[in-house]
Amino acid sequence: MANIISDETIEYVGILAKLELSDEEKEQAKADMGRMLDYIDKLGELDTEGVEPMSHVFPAHNVFREDVVTNGDTREELLANAPEQKDGMFMVPKTFA
Amino acid sequence: MTITDMTALQLAEAIRAGRTTAVEAAEAMLANIEAKDKKYNCYVTVDAEGALTQAREVQARIEAGELDGALAGVPVAIKDNMCTAGLLTTCSSKILYNFVPTYTAEAVRNLQRAGAVILGKTNMDEFAMGSTTETSAYGATRNPRNPEHVPGGSSGGSAAAVAAEECFFALGSDTGGSIRQPAAYCGTVGMKPTYGTVSRYGLIAYGSSLDQIGPLTKDVADCAAVLEIIASHDAKDSTSIERQDTDFTSVLTDDVRGMRIGVPNDYFGDGLDGEVKEAVLAAAKTLEEKGAVVERFDLSLVEYAIPTYYTIAAAEASSNLERFDGIKYGYRTGEYEGLHNMYRKSRSEGFGAEVKRRIMLGSFVLSSGYYDAYYLKALRVKALIKRAFDDAFARYDVILGPVAPTTAPRLGESLADPIKMYLGDIYTIAVNLAGLPAISLPCGMDGNGLPIGLQLIGDCFQEKKLIQTAYTYEKARGAFPAAAGEVE
Repeated sequence: MANIISDETIEYVGILAKLELSDEEKEQAKADMGRMLDYIDKLGELDTEGVEPMSHVFPAHNVFREDVVTNGDTREELLANAPEQKDGMFMVPKTFA
Repeated sequence: MTITDMTALQLAEAIRAGRTTAVEAAEAMLANIEAKDKKYNCYVTVDAEGALTQAREVQARIEAGELDGALAGVPVAIKDNMCTAGLLTTCSSKILYNFVPTYTAEAVRNLQRAGAVILGKTNMDEFAMGSTTETSAYGATRNPRNPEHVPGGSSGGSAAAVAAEECFFALGSDTGGSIRQPAAYCGTVGMKPTYGTVSRYGLIAYGSSLDQIGPLTKDVADCAAVLEIIASHDAKDSTSIERQDTDFTSVLTDDVRGMRIGVPNDYFGDGLDGEVKEAVLAAAKTLEEKGAVVERFDLSLVEYAIPTYYTIAAAEASSNLERFDGIKYGYRTGEYEGLHNMYRKSRSEGFGAEVKRRIMLGSFVLSSGYYDAYYLKALRVKALIKRAFDDAFARYDVILGPVAPTTAPRLGESLADPIKMYLGDIYTIAVNLAGLPAISLPCGMDGNGLPIGLQLIGDCFQEKKLIQTAYTYEKARGAFPAAAGEVE
């Protein structure tokens, strides 16, 4: 049961993944993803009827704390990592035309 | 015995006794790095000046009687996916080529509080995705046992640095075997603790439900000592577990009488190299002679662990790696048209091929229409795998098997066929899915002089049984030869 990945699927997944692949990378991605899904399809052999999906091995519960600031002001250090900054803020490309 | 031959515990003892100093130890490691790292490429970043400053401060505090911990003054290497304030942290990716964190990972903080001296940051597979340390954007690491071979991965730089005596011990992270497998390939000890034992705060996330930090060391006693220090309950990691039983060095006793050890038949089938099989079964025999009760059994579901893992890990990776967007830190593309084009180009140019492959797969299995069939199915199989381990641990204290099907492959042989590379994780990966602790330690050499790893797996929170069993085996085995690797 070979999975054939269409151009449309790769295009769509590229949008979800926020990746822009070259034509060559797209062909490679189609082949790779098809093979991986063929392999993952092996899980279909197992009957999991009535088995609850397990996201965490131990019971997960929310961890609450008081809404109190405990960290200091590291704005300068944080902004130092930004590709572009201006007036103490991150610079981003125009988002509205 | 020269300084570099010492284990971490021996070195700390020598420093406390005044036979050497933290500064001499740091200088010795920096000299080894200078001599060897051009060849092995264990480190992405070496902080020579910072290490000497830390060493002088630690030495002063030891002399003043303020520091007397088991690892005070010992130089350590940190995998480059753990944040270190003020010190470049790249995840071996181009996308973080210039990232300097403003805070330090909690596990690393615990080491600093104990007086360990940080030498630098070790190479890894990009974002910990890989089994060879060849996907690093900063060049492959070479195995100090034989530089034509890979050190394993993803914590390959950490394992190689320990084997090459470019540090006394290292921290790695293990999502599907990334501590245990490089430890096996390089002939060091490596341990993945129970999920939640070591804080993930400051660990750059790959598969959050699977990731766990752990030690890579020269021997089992060092491993126990490091784990004792890095294990802590941390309010900054919501999956951190409060444990009282983290005095792991208390079980360094040479005794396995009555220990029930299960050897899964499924771990010794097709695909396992003959020399690896022989060495691992000989280790089981050794433990039996020391008084353990050794039995063969069927674990079941072993062949389903890899597809389950790659579905879950890719899904979590695609979500975790969304944060690399070219805005807050890291690489931004030079030319772009608008916000979305900037995101896509920055990420496409910043991530390597294996990372993109997993982000694409993860985005697909989480997408509408496929979520149930792939992602939820994998979570259901994960529950079955956990159940299979629960059944096994109802009968056994420890599960014993190989770490990897072969010894370290040659450089350049693995990346061409991703699925074949993924199959190499078959004995390590289920441990992460089930949240279990497991330790890897050397149990022999193949005909080419490459180390063979023995894996011991325990039930959740049963690290002590693993450490006691591993320690007993290590005593019976005797000293393991160090990497020959004298560099011309």
